[in-house]
Amino acid sequence: MTELICIGCPRGCHLMVDEENDYKVSGNHCKIGEDYGKNELINPTRVLTTTVKIKGGLHSQLPCKSDGAIPKSKLLEACRSLKEVCVSSPVKKGDIIVKNILDTGIDIISCKDM
Amino acid sequence: MFDLIIIGAGPAGLSAAVSACEAGMEKVLLIERDKELGGILNQCIHNGFGLHLFKEELTGPEFAGRFIEQLKNSRVEVMSDTMVLDINENHDVHVINGNGYQCLHAKSVLLAMGCRERTRGAIATPGSRGAGVYTAGAAQRYLNMDGYCVGKRVVILGSGDIGLIMARRMTLEGAKVLACVEINSYSAGLQRNIKQCLEDFDIPLYLSHTITSIEGNDRIERVRVSAVDSKFNPIEGTEMVFECDTVLLSVGLIPENEISKKAGIVIDPKTRGPLVYENMETSIPGIFCAGNVVQVHDLADNVALEAKKAALAAYDYVTNSPTYVREIEVKNIPNVTYTVPQHIRLPLRNKLVEISFRVNRTFSKCRIEVIDDKDNVIAKFSRDYITPGELQKINILSDVISKVEERISVRVVEVNDD
Amino acid sequence: MYDVIIIGAGVIGAATAYCLSRYNLKVAILEAQNDVACGTTKANAALIHAGYDAKPGSLMAKYNREGSLMMEELCKKLDVPYKRNGSLVLAFDDENLETLKVLLDRGHQNGIEGLKILNKEETKKMEPYVSDECLGSLYAPTAAIVSPWELCLALAETAVRNGVELFLNNRVESISKENDIFTVITDKDTYHSKYIVNAAGVNTDTIHEMIGEKEFTISANKGQYYLFDKAQGYLTTKTLFPCPSTKGKGCAVTPTVGGNLVIGPDSSPCTKDDLDTTAEGLMFVKKASSRMVPKLDFRENIRNFAGLRAKCDRDDFIVEESKSVRNFFNLAGIASPGLSSSIAIGNAVLEWLKSKEKLIEKENFIDSRKRIKFMSLSDEEKNELIKKNPAYGRIICRCELITEGEILETFNTPIPPVSIDGVKRRVKAGMGRCQGGFCGEKVAMILKDKLGLEYDEILQDKKGSNILFNEAKGGQY
Repeated sequence: MTELICIGCPRGCHLMVDEENDYKVSGNHCKIGEDYGKNELINPTRVLTTTVKIKGGLHSQLPCKSDGAIPKSKLLEACRSLKEVCVSSPVKKGDIIVKNILDTGIDIISCKDM
Repeated sequence: MFDLIIIGAGPAGLSAAVSACEAGMEKVLLIERDKELGGILNQCIHNGFGLHLFKEELTGPEFAGRFIEQLKNSRVEVMSDTMVLDINENHDVHVINGNGYQCLHAKSVLLAMGCRERTRGAIATPGSRGAGVYTAGAAQRYLNMDGYCVGKRVVILGSGDIGLIMARRMTLEGAKVLACVEINSYSAGLQRNIKQCLEDFDIPLYLSHTITSIEGNDRIERVRVSAVDSKFNPIEGTEMVFECDTVLLSVGLIPENEISKKAGIVIDPKTRGPLVYENMETSIPGIFCAGNVVQVHDLADNVALEAKKAALAAYDYVTNSPTYVREIEVKNIPNVTYTVPQHIRLPLRNKLVEISFRVNRTFSKCRIEVIDDKDNVIAKFSRDYITPGELQKINILSDVISKVEERISVRVVEVNDD
Repeated sequence: MYDVIIIGAGVIGAATAYCLSRYNLKVAILEAQNDVACGTTKANAALIHAGYDAKPGSLMAKYNREGSLMMEELCKKLDVPYKRNGSLVLAFDDENLETLKVLLDRGHQNGIEGLKILNKEETKKMEPYVSDECLGSLYAPTAAIVSPWELCLALAETAVRNGVELFLNNRVESISKENDIFTVITDKDTYHSKYIVNAAGVNTDTIHEMIGEKEFTISANKGQYYLFDKAQGYLTTKTLFPCPSTKGKGCAVTPTVGGNLVIGPDSSPCTKDDLDTTAEGLMFVKKASSRMVPKLDFRENIRNFAGLRAKCDRDDFIVEESKSVRNFFNLAGIASPGLSSSIAIGNAVLEWLKSKEKLIEKENFIDSRKRIKFMSLSDEEKNELIKKNPAYGRIICRCELITEGEILETFNTPIPPVSIDGVKRRVKAGMGRCQGGFCGEKVAMILKDKLGLEYDEILQDKKGSNILFNEAKGGQY
């Protein structure tokens, strides 16, 4: 049994995950918790939220995120790989900034019109 | 003449503008001091927004974007890069921007100025006055809007959500976050943020600890951290030294009510926000408020919901000029630090009255009870776990409240499992 | 080659420069830091003392009285915030009540006007939030408050406008003299002059001993303060002191010209570069001040700071020509009431020079200074200014309501700012309750733009106080 705090929503449910019983999750209040609990022990993933440089925008940074969760172990590397990325205004919310980041199959997309 | 002037276009102001427009208000003006709408959401690039409101997980800019989209196609007028200098009981709103200084007038006003961060002064941390001590929000702005890191080796004082978010954010940007130090025995931030911002990156959280001294000359070089006793006094022999160039402060937020005070709006010393009625109206008729200007919320979603309530009340005020016959007081008693609203007027105009409050310590199995003048429990709510870090909300039937004579009180009682 | 080199651009050096700039002298100021007013001048209680406290016959008594009398007009001329708010020395026991009489007597000897002993009721009527345990007070109507860094800046700016050359970032490393000409070598350059005025604050002894014999010793004594939000400003209109002790005038509670409260200082010996606040020092100030005004709410504190007093082993100001080095004038040990005395001390230097040289007054001396304080303008004036320059319509500092226009204007002054705190000292941006939490970043970006800095060159205050370390994702990982 492993105890976890669900990060699926601000409620922060205290989960119990039973590894010996097909990762059965208890303590959750919704489906998110069930998925999170299981996933967290088998292959923990996170959504990366960060920024990239932008030219000609109101600010010099454009907020962006991974369009889906990527392996937790790749967060730092993914972030670092965005160091040299620079886009030019205008950018629309949802525009793909980097396709298939670190071969995860997940894109980095813009969070804002700028 | 506007029907409603909304001051501030963060989550509260944006939501209020959309709701007021949807409710049918004709002339709504939204005033924002920054060049773009969104307020603090623009620098909150992390996700976790919108789960209540939009049923999906959004980042701050995306959350703001949802409202801004709706406003684009609405009749709400927007005045950005504009500062409100003064308001008064006649609903005059004095503003200044690049076009000049002017006085606007409205039938109702909604305050949505948000809050500011407590500074080092508020906690009087002794030591060096060198550079390198920032509020977490200031560091967040430098990083997320300008693209610069304020330091390489960081200690975070306080465990508010912004501090936790910045621990992760700075780590991802290549800084080393050495520790998060919290003077209380519990974290002020959300459980999920402890997990995904600290534990994910092996950043230690020291509860019941504080920074006893900040050292260094022109730029700070190290901090000393000690465990504290129940009176927050450092315990001898527990000192740790962290070599760091930066301290980020996440030691609480203060509702920003300078113009409210100047207008003569009554402020609750406990929330440091305006004293409000059940519909978010302040002590000045026709001036409403919502969001962190009233009380510090944990979630932007709740701010937006509170703002919707205030906007609908402003609409009701302008169209129906409601009158009230009597007033009851909402009191907080031991373990509850404050309530919003602080007063309820009758007759009530909605089926439910929402009361939000905070507790002063952690409770596991417990019951929130609302009692009347004669100590009768008129409503009760079971909870598995509540902490001071999380804003509590309860809804009480208006019919029940209408029977109360003078006051209701909110309390939290522990429940034994057996 | 200069006629006079002034070492130190604190309020004493600046006042001296201002006084000399009226005459046909070639004057240079050498300052170790990157701005004026960086030492004791910027970290004190900002008081213009009435002058009853100093020992009769002392230089402190003489210059305090003279300086205090000149200050109001000077501040008006140079557009420096000044307010004659009066002060009260509070008595809490019989011994204190006796002390009030001693102070009154001393005040009379020092020629201070308007002093009056008040009983408990009169005191409470004047300042209702003074503790109920206060038994009486000494009222000094001529005591005042001032913005010390603005005073220093105004004096220095006016001096520069009138031809004085200010060299910042020049730390004096050696002084020599040959054929009556001084050679001053700094970490940057070499300067020559006929006269030297030593106004180097806590370092005056070190500077003097670069060329002269040991004639005095300066030790640093630290005072710590609280700065309270304006919301607490209602607690007193007058400067409140406890009865003085051997340690000094004691911990004051005083309004500032900006409407805040300053509370402090304590007193403890320290090294000459120690500006750290300490838990003990702050606790002392908290206790001492709460005794005078029990309603002080320490949650409303927005900043702590510490300042150094230049304490002299002679127990008085040193305002005299060096005994071992001719034409070298020491302004040393200028602890409290140094700010109050500053302009009178500047005049004393002038008188000394007059005894040495034939000085001719300049015909075109500029003796005024004006800066735009946007929020104090009328609505019409505001509109006019915004029409001319829309930057005046953009508020950068929301706590003190300072516009972008005012900040940009500082870069056109004789001594432009080079740091975020430099902007703060000039226009108050960042001085309010959020302490630059909101506007600091905006000011930083303005500095970066106006001074053509790289991001990692932006300073909070002194050299070495860089605020930004690397670009995003530029860390070590």
